[in-house]
Formats: sequence, C-alpha cells, structure tokens
Amino acid sequence: MTTVDQPSDSTSMPAGPGLDPTALPPERSRGRAASASRLAVGAIAALVLLGLPLVLEAQRLVHPLHILIMICLYATLAQAWNILGGYAGQISLGNAVFFGVGAYTSTLLMTRIGLSPWLGILVGMFVAVLVSLAIGYPCFRLGGHYFAIATIAVGEIVQTLFINWREVGGASGIHLPLLPEAFVNFQFHSSKLPYYYIALAMAAIAFGCAFLVERSRLGYYFRAIKGDPLAARSLGVKITRYKLYAIAISAALTAMAGTLYAQYILVIDPESVLPLSLSVLICLVAVLGGIGSIWGPLLGALVLIPLSEGTRVYLAQSGGGGRAIDLMVYGALIVLVAVFQPGGLVAISRRFRGRG
Amino acid sequence: MPTEVLLQAVASGLLMGCVYALIAVGLSLIFGLMEIVNFAHGEFLMLAMFTTFWLALLFGIDPLLSVPICAALLFVLGVLVYKGIISRILSAPMLAQIFATFGLGVFLRSAAQFFWSADYRVVPNHVVEGRLNLGGLFLGWPQVVASIAALLAFGTLYLFVTRTEVGLAIQATSEDREAAALMGISSDRMFMLGWGIGSLCVGIAGALLANFLPIFPDVGFLFALLAYIAVALGGFGSIVGALVAGVIIGLVEAIGGLFWPSFKYVAVFVLYLMVVLVRPQGLFGRY
Repeated sequence: MTTVDQPSDSTSMPAGPGLDPTALPPERSRGRAASASRLAVGAIAALVLLGLPLVLEAQRLVHPLHILIMICLYATLAQAWNILGGYAGQISLGNAVFFGVGAYTSTLLMTRIGLSPWLGILVGMFVAVLVSLAIGYPCFRLGGHYFAIATIAVGEIVQTLFINWREVGGASGIHLPLLPEAFVNFQFHSSKLPYYYIALAMAAIAFGCAFLVERSRLGYYFRAIKGDPLAARSLGVKITRYKLYAIAISAALTAMAGTLYAQYILVIDPESVLPLSLSVLICLVAVLGGIGSIWGPLLGALVLIPLSEGTRVYLAQSGGGGRAIDLMVYGALIVLVAVFQPGGLVAISRRFRGRG
Repeated sequence: MPTEVLLQAVASGLLMGCVYALIAVGLSLIFGLMEIVNFAHGEFLMLAMFTTFWLALLFGIDPLLSVPICAALLFVLGVLVYKGIISRILSAPMLAQIFATFGLGVFLRSAAQFFWSADYRVVPNHVVEGRLNLGGLFLGWPQVVASIAALLAFGTLYLFVTRTEVGLAIQATSEDREAAALMGISSDRMFMLGWGIGSLCVGIAGALLANFLPIFPDVGFLFALLAYIAVALGGFGSIVGALVAGVIIGLVEAIGGLFWPSFKYVAVFVLYLMVVLVRPQGLFGRY
C-alpha cells in the first residue's frame, strides 16, 4: 500500500471534482470556536450512539434496536461503496458479491471446521479482496456505463453460481447452527445489544478508513481518477493500480459487514446476501446521502433504513399490499437529487448551514 | 443431442433475438444521440407490458391491437422523461446522468409493485395462440408474430433513420451536435424525438412480449440487461449492430439453455464481458 502522508493543515479540505465548491464551508477562517463546538457535537453524538441502545434495551424496545443495527450495517456498506464509487468514481452495481463472499466464507469456516467467525471475518475479507482484484483487473479497463453494467453481469454470474453450488447449500442456503452465547462464537441470543456495538464498531472502522483515504495521497489520486482519468494518467497516477486499491478496500469492508449479517440473521442464501437488489440498495444509500463525502453514507443510512424498516412494519400491520413504498420514495429522491443537487443530502445540509 | 432439438433451440433463439434487437435499438438510438444510457429502459418495457395487460383485462383489447396504443403511450412517456429529467442533466457529470435514469427505474419498478403487487399476471384470451408446425419444428404463434412484428418495426425504424429528412437530422446530431446545430437542426428537438422513438420501440416490444410472457414489476430487468449487452455487443449507437447482437444473444441464450439450463444467462453475461474486454467498441461500433 502507498505511503499515507497527512496534509500539513488537517482542517483544509480540497473540493473534490464534481462537487459544488461553494458548498464547502470556509473552515480555515472559523478558527478555534468552530473546532471546540465541533468537539462538543462529536462528544454528544458519541454519547447518544453508545447510550441510546442501553435505554432502548432497558425499555425492551427490540425493534428500534434492530433498526439501529441495520443503520450501522448499511452505513458500513455504503461507506465501503463510497470509497470505490464516490471517491474513485467507479460505479459498482455488484458490491453484493463481496457481501456474499464475506458471509459465506466465515459461515462455511464455522460450520465445516469450527473456526471462530472472528477469524472467519479476516479470511472472508481476504477472499473478498482476491475476488475484487480478479473482477477489477479486467473490468477497470472499461469506463463509465460499461463498468457499471459489467459489475451487474459479474454479480448475476456469481449469484447463479451460488444458487447452483450444492456443496454450499444451493438455493436454500445455509442455516447457521446455534452455538452457546459467547463473544468468541459471535452469537448473542438474550439481547441484540452486543450486535449493535459490533455493528457500530464496524461502521466506525469503515468511516475511519474513509477518513484516512480522504486525507491521504490515496484520496487525492482517487479524486483525480474520478475527475479526469486521462489527465491523472498524464500526471503519473497509475490508474489501474489505484482503482484496484479502491475496490480492494471496498471489498474488504463489505465482506466484514457480510459476516456480521450472517451471524446476526443466522440464515444466508444467495437470494439474501448476493442479489442485485442489495447492490442497488447499497449504492442508493450512498448516492442519496452524497457520494464522495465522508458523512454522505451515514446520512443516507439514517434517512433510508428507518424509512424502509418503518414502511415494512406499517404495511405488515395494515395487511401488506404492494410493499416497496420505501423503494418508490428512494427512486424519486435519487432522481431529484441527481437533477437538482448531485452532491446529495450532505450538500443540501451544507447549504442550510451556510445560510444559518 | 438430436438435430431437431438443436434446430428447435436455434429457431426459438432467432425469434427471441428479434425482440431483443427491437428493445436494444431503442437504447442504442438514445445513446448514439447523447451518450446517455437509459437505465430505466427495462421499466419502460414493464410499463408497456402492464398497459397491454390492463387494456386486455378492462377493455378486452387484444395485445396485438394494443401495439399501436403502447407505442403512442411510450412515445409520450419518453418525451416527458426527456423534458422533465434528461434535458436538465445534459451537461451534468456522468454520475448524475447514470443515477437520474437509474433512480427513475427504481421508482417505476417499485411503483408498479406498490399499485399492482408483485404477482405474476398473464393476458387473458389472446387471439394469437397455438403452435406453428414447420415440418416437425414447433414454434409458438405468439413468438412468431412477435418476431415478425419486431422485424417490421425494426425495418421501419431503419428506413426512417436512413431515408427521411428527420431521420438524417437525427443521424447528423449524433455524428456532431454542434455542426448539426449550425445547419439549423435543433439538438434539443432531436434529443426529444430520440427519447420518444427509443421508448416507442420498447412500447411495441412490450405489447408483443405480453402475448406470451407473464407480467410482473421486475420483468423488465432481465430484458434491459440483455439489451445493454446487445447494445455493447453491437456497438453503442449502431442500429444494424443492435439487430445482429440481439439475434446473437437470443441464440446464445437458447443454445446455452439447451446444454446448461440454469446457466443460460451466465453464458450471455460472459459473452458481454468477453466482448467489452476484447473489442470495447462492439461489433459495429463507431466509438
């Protein structure tokens, strides 16, 4: 991996290509008061993130806790997508492949040789990175739409392979055996709380990675590739190599979340961990939140996941019917965002803060 | 493998290929004009199929009669989508262009699921039924009619684009937008027309497919994917390429399905990957 050198002034951020430069606040001029208030906001946020679930648990509010876990899961997945699609500009509609590889690898290692899912996570991430390099190396020669459609094709091929692969359960998938509740087994039956904290930690890792990428030389290279690949190449950026770094990071983080999903839901099958609809959802969360910005995926997950979980519960209570209201709203929002504010919700919130 | 079985597969592959070609050419026309891929193309097809279904169920209109109705409705839809969405993002970054049509597709698909549920539906009592016996070779009449109609529509489109003044104006705009504008061709009107005609093709294909395929909100996805592949295979923007590629895909699907039934689309996807990796401009591509 390349050397990671911090810019001298860590508070100044360059405007990424494709972003509205006026949307970035003049952070340097705000000075110390701003950084103090930012610290306070961070402390409050941390307190809420760590404390709120305890309150929910005490009140026996299981479903809100489930929603929080899903928000963390999708924030992780969307951030992983964001590193590849947002920063490096490579639109992947096949990230479910890495999710499925992570879920299947750790699960198979657990059921076949009794390996702890914690080690399984690492193996799964490693396998996903290898898969991502195998996909990326040929496909990164394709630009724009061709790459996006190629990732759909690869995703469909992988899903078909798993559906027809009897040794790993075929279309019916794998039911994870119930093990005694223990950290080493990555299974918790009496409470969802441990899953929440693990999901939160994973989201923190993903956001930490995005933060490091954004501040490092890697991030500048990614944005150069996204902005103008030919210009980047003429300036000596090894385009394919840096795209491969981006997809490898994205794959590793996505696979990590795949293991969490397998251990939390305890059933995996090609229709739940490898479908195109998952790849699409990951991408929608990131795009709606705002691609190429660090808080976009979180904002997207905070808006979309409660919406989809909420409509699911509401429709289940009101007797079902059509479903998919959530996706209808997503689709409409994505169109509006693409037409009026390609920067996503993040850019809209920035604009409001700029006025206030 | 007996020869009849292989011939049977080839024949049905050819028939489906003609319909794939008609779907693909709509996509190709739009891309050739303005280098925007309509990721909602499959949903346009789904809407045409549902329109055919409801016309048949509510008014007893046969799918064949709803071909012109679907064509007209989809033309209007295409124009509206261009006016409402696409014309605003002509100079936007490519990501915004991808997500605008992609989001539209997600919206239309889930709206269909919301209003009409995810159930599979079949058009009741259509006129064209039964099978055609060609010396031991059995072909479904609906498929035969669909492929003939698709070829007719394709031929009409080809003549329109190559022989009429408006068609030449469309070609001129896709060759060089600025030069065409200097000749007095409004690129905005050509784009609008392109979206209208591209969607019209899908409307015809949808009504024809509704004759023999079940209809559900996700039905367009596979067809759109095959159409993207056909467009990439034939070369983005090439009309003849779309026809050849559509037929190739129909054949690969049918013959692949003969040998590995559960992997027939894998064969098509692998074909796509091989083509774009080896010859990125496609068989007849200009780019």
